[in-house]
Amino acid sequence: MTLLQIIIRNLRQNAFSSALTAFSVALAAALALTAWSVRDQTRSAFINLDSGYDAVLGARGSKLQLVLNSIFHLEEPVGNVRVTDWEELAQNPQVAAAVPLAFGDNFRGFRIVGTTTNYFQHSAGLKMAAGRMFDPEAREVVVGHFAAKKLGLQIGDEIHPYHGLTFQEEHQHDEDYIVVGILAASNSPADRVLWISLAGVQHMGGHSAESAGEVSAVLVKLRSASAGFLLDQQYNRKESRLTFAYPTGRIMAQLFERINWFDRVLTAFAVIVSIVAASGISASLYNALASRQREIAIFRALGAHRSTLLGMVLLESMAITMIGVVTGWLLSVLLIEMISGILSATVGLTLDGFSLHPALWIIPAAYGLMGALAGLVPGWRAYSSEVARGLSPQS
Amino acid sequence: MSLLRITNLKKSYAAGSEARQVIDIPEFNLGSEEQVALAGSSGSGKTTLLNLIAGIILPDSGTIEINGREISSLSELARDRFRAENMGYVFQTFNLLQGYSALENVLLGMRFAGKTDRGRALELLARVGLKERLHDLPRQLSVGQQQRVAIARAVANRPKLVLADEPTGNLDAGTGGRALELIRSICAEERAGLLLVSHDPAVLGRFSRQVALGTLNRASGQVAAA
Repeated sequence: MTLLQIIIRNLRQNAFSSALTAFSVALAAALALTAWSVRDQTRSAFINLDSGYDAVLGARGSKLQLVLNSIFHLEEPVGNVRVTDWEELAQNPQVAAAVPLAFGDNFRGFRIVGTTTNYFQHSAGLKMAAGRMFDPEAREVVVGHFAAKKLGLQIGDEIHPYHGLTFQEEHQHDEDYIVVGILAASNSPADRVLWISLAGVQHMGGHSAESAGEVSAVLVKLRSASAGFLLDQQYNRKESRLTFAYPTGRIMAQLFERINWFDRVLTAFAVIVSIVAASGISASLYNALASRQREIAIFRALGAHRSTLLGMVLLESMAITMIGVVTGWLLSVLLIEMISGILSATVGLTLDGFSLHPALWIIPAAYGLMGALAGLVPGWRAYSSEVARGLSPQS
Repeated sequence: MSLLRITNLKKSYAAGSEARQVIDIPEFNLGSEEQVALAGSSGSGKTTLLNLIAGIILPDSGTIEINGREISSLSELARDRFRAENMGYVFQTFNLLQGYSALENVLLGMRFAGKTDRGRALELLARVGLKERLHDLPRQLSVGQQQRVAIARAVANRPKLVLADEPTGNLDAGTGGRALELIRSICAEERAGLLLVSHDPAVLGRFSRQVALGTLNRASGQVAAA
């Protein structure tokens, strides 16, 4: 019999406590893997999102709010921008494209955004899955993939927008729009939006007369990075009534820096749970050894050296840990997919449970070491067990 | 040449603040392939003596030579290896590993000597009449069958010396008699010396050489009196 076979036999003999201990390790590993992977994937999804645009021009206010509202379709708009501001920016030779966005309506909780067809030309990764682009002169709507799926919309369906960014049944507009196109899934916030012409939002019944001369924000594609710094200085001077949010990735990074404390709390929590799991392994093996004193003594009488027994217990501890880590990884895949579902429904971004992440080798390595450390105390008990006493007849 | 030579062997244990001597044997010899019965009652120090010979515990003074090798001078690691390779041990309570089958118990006996030989394990179990019970766990075997597994395990590594501590103590007269004959015949076949301790006159009577542990061990009286 090999040492591995002996270890497997020992684990099988104590199957219930081994399984229970491995499960506690699995929960700890799943928490650590999920927290780490979700944190990094979310951060990357927000910071590195390739929307196709470099900056956002909006009313005076928070840059973060402007980016969240215009690119991620979260938060309330900060205010409006005059159409002339958009037109002036669009004519700047340093600007490759300036695309207006108008917010203010929804359809059953999904945001309706008015824009020009240029938006789709410059947006990264947006493709039509069915139908065609809306006609700017007609009451037509192109629906994002997730919104179409959740609302059950198909080409030819008719919708009546609701006023405001949150769904209130009594605030339905009179206008009706025909669904003419459905976007392919892009795993971006655009999946959750219904797109109509800019004029459609500007002139929607019940909107103020001023809205016809305003847009909510302008997405900007620059010709060079230096243009961004120049426009930043131009628009963000003290007396300006506008805000130029550039670069969008860095602004989102500031958001994550602000909530960095939460990462630390989560990490500390994962470490504490891991230590509790390690203590569980140690206690479980220690208790199991109490009932295996005779077995240990017989091994010794048969010629097993103390170090063999110590190694056996350490390997058992590591085996339990590794079974837990693999189970924990499977659990983390499920958890990440669940969180991805929630994120997709609220932000339009998705996570990948099978994503190759440094945690996939750091956590098993750290847990392997933790398993070995957890096996030290029971291992020492096996190492120092007294053979003669263990072999003596038990009454 | 002696297989086992004991000279001025002493062993004592702490009893409160004082040391209590349990072994004091000036001299004892066991020839190669010789079979000797040590007659010892409870408290005569027989288990301690066997543990000393097996190298499981160390003497306070004196020497134990097995096949010319002084075992107490060996490191613990070397002693464990020497025990695995050169000695077999049959216990009164069999000391089989309960989670392992009859075959696995014999294979484990070989594993720590570094010479696992499945063919020999099967052959030995067939020799002790357990060919059909190879994969049974100890609890599925009768006590007599368990003792036969323990005998097969004890000789698995072709030991030079087999130590048997009251091997029939847990068996009825008939089963004990058969187990004893099995130990003796297997040791003879394997050309191993046998040192058996027992307090049962029926067992002792089957050996041509019997040694009274009470006479051999000058500390016997002290142990019994304690």
